Amino acid sequence: MKKWLLLLLPGILWVPEFLATAAPAATPAEIRGLEIAREADRRDSGWGDLQADMMMILRNRQGQTSTRYLRIRTLEVKGDGDKSLIVFDRPRDVKGTAFLSFTHATRPDDQWLYLPALKRVKRISSRNKSGPFMGSEFAYEDLSSQEVEKYHYRYLRDEPVAGHDCFVIERTPAYRHSGYTRQLVWLDKRLYQPRRIDYYDRKRSLLKTLTFRGYHVYLDRYWRADEMDMENHQSGKRTLLQWKHYRFRTGLSARDFDRNSLKRAH
Amino acid sequence: MWFRPILLGWLVLLPWGSAAAGPGEWSGYAGLELRLFQHPAALPRQSGAPELSLELQPEYYREWNQGHDSFSFVPYLRLDDRDARRSHGDIRELTWLHAARDWELRLGIRKVFWGVLESAHLVDIINQTDLVEDPDEEDKLGQPMLNLAWIRPSGTWDLFLMPLFRERSFPGPAGRLRTRLPVDSRGARYESAAGRHHLDVALRWFGSRGPLDLGLAAFHGTSREPRLLPGGSPRQPVLVPFYDLIDQVSVDAQLTLEDWLLKLEALGRAGQGRRFARAGAGFEYSFVGIGGSALDLGVIGEYLFDSRGENATTPFQHDLMTGLRLSFNDAQSTEILAGITFDRDSRERFYNLEADHRLGDRWKLRLEARLFSGFDPASPFAGLRADDYLQLELAAYF
Repeated sequence: MKKWLLLLLPGILWVPEFLATAAPAATPAEIRGLEIAREADRRDSGWGDLQADMMMILRNRQGQTSTRYLRIRTLEVKGDGDKSLIVFDRPRDVKGTAFLSFTHATRPDDQWLYLPALKRVKRISSRNKSGPFMGSEFAYEDLSSQEVEKYHYRYLRDEPVAGHDCFVIERTPAYRHSGYTRQLVWLDKRLYQPRRIDYYDRKRSLLKTLTFRGYHVYLDRYWRADEMDMENHQSGKRTLLQWKHYRFRTGLSARDFDRNSLKRAH
Repeated sequence: MWFRPILLGWLVLLPWGSAAAGPGEWSGYAGLELRLFQHPAALPRQSGAPELSLELQPEYYREWNQGHDSFSFVPYLRLDDRDARRSHGDIRELTWLHAARDWELRLGIRKVFWGVLESAHLVDIINQTDLVEDPDEEDKLGQPMLNLAWIRPSGTWDLFLMPLFRERSFPGPAGRLRTRLPVDSRGARYESAAGRHHLDVALRWFGSRGPLDLGLAAFHGTSREPRLLPGGSPRQPVLVPFYDLIDQVSVDAQLTLEDWLLKLEALGRAGQGRRFARAGAGFEYSFVGIGGSALDLGVIGEYLFDSRGENATTPFQHDLMTGLRLSFNDAQSTEILAGITFDRDSRERFYNLEADHRLGDRWKLRLEARLFSGFDPASPFAGLRADDYLQLELAAYF
């Protein structure tokens, strides 16, 4: 199958759009930062698959709210980014809309959108990583899987958040179309999970702060927050993401993340 | 009432499925649509008054066997105050789906979409167009079928067996947006002696490789696109749809390269007059987060080609479509799509504007504006010349 496909398309060769350039001579702070990121990744690997329900509460500057209901399934992929499928339940006019993404550590993600009214599956541009997800204060890149290779790291200092001891790490996105120049991550020393992330925009000014609340442990190993609160300092808008019914190792396979599964999502 | 046996079959099957099922759920929408025409009617029996329509599309869904089996039912109803033919009902969906590890079986009435282009859907052939809904041909009638999908890591094979043909809906004599002579659907003729009971067959392969999505398909059966032949009496001339038996092969492909989407659709068809080809190629380029805002702008360019030239069944044969898609990425999901289609060989132009905006959590407002210009009075599509319109639709979702 592969062979004749290549014959059909002699001119098309996949050229990575950007190269993840490893910093040549790393400073001690960079080495420490990368070590912490790798440890966080090591501790959070092996969970297999995950299903959860999400409620997204969008609040504008005037305090008006609107709520979205979503369901998410994620499959851990060894040696690459995760696969995830997000199904929209509300608002009702987008009910059944589904978003499939194959995240990759060092090349653009593959993304498909299913539009139930037309029964159409659209492969969409991955260039929108920096764009808002469903009109919220979360960008696609904030919600996609956090692979170690996606950033360059630098350890800054130790500093507590709400009484939890944290490492403060600066991470710089390797992806050239990222909406951020840098992020400051307060990583809990005990859980190796973030307590807070500050996002700096392309003009290097503080754009958003994400606060994680209500960490619970699943399968005795994996910590997940019940609430993620994203505050946009520039627009005054806020989005609260509430996670419910986390289920790990539910037996999902790659088959649950193909184009047909998009059309079956309900 | 072709769907009666299928419906009865389902009523028998449904309780069997329900025994182990979770609760079913109803959703859907009801909408009010207003069409305002800019010019007085050009054809006899048409009216220049605004056209008001009511739409209802409930949806029932139930799954069991851990989601491996599901049943969905989507009836549709439109009531129109001007055109009796536009008032119609349809079963958009009445399907049982069984998903196994390597295959999926779908039995019943469904809608299937193939293709990648925005300005025309060339390779999309499974469903008949519900033309009275919208001249853009994007609304489809439910197609009865058996669909078996065989899912391989290399790609998916889809086999479609379609035992019953659906005739295209056409605006009635009182309707706007129609051919100069009205189409008499009741007089439809078929090349096949079996008429609409001819068993149509389609086979499709679809797969993805890195940035490339590729679909290949073959179809043998009744053409969804009829030829419109002169008929009726000398005093009351009409057009009569004639449905040929055709063979068609097609390819659709999209290359997704970050900012760029490159698209291609092409088909070859035999059995409908002389063998011919249609093709379309285009791109969509995205500007993301314009000026540091949340606004995305997509620039679309597409070129369509029909080897039949002026004898084609569509008004646009060698056309260039350019368009802009604006996504505000706001809480109301505001989107605007604007496009112009030019016919290279004539002065025909088609202007299209579509905008969507959510109101609160349950309401949606949609605006459409369509302008036709430069249509030759002798062309079969000359009837559209006076039919520039603005359409407002307010829908409540439940």
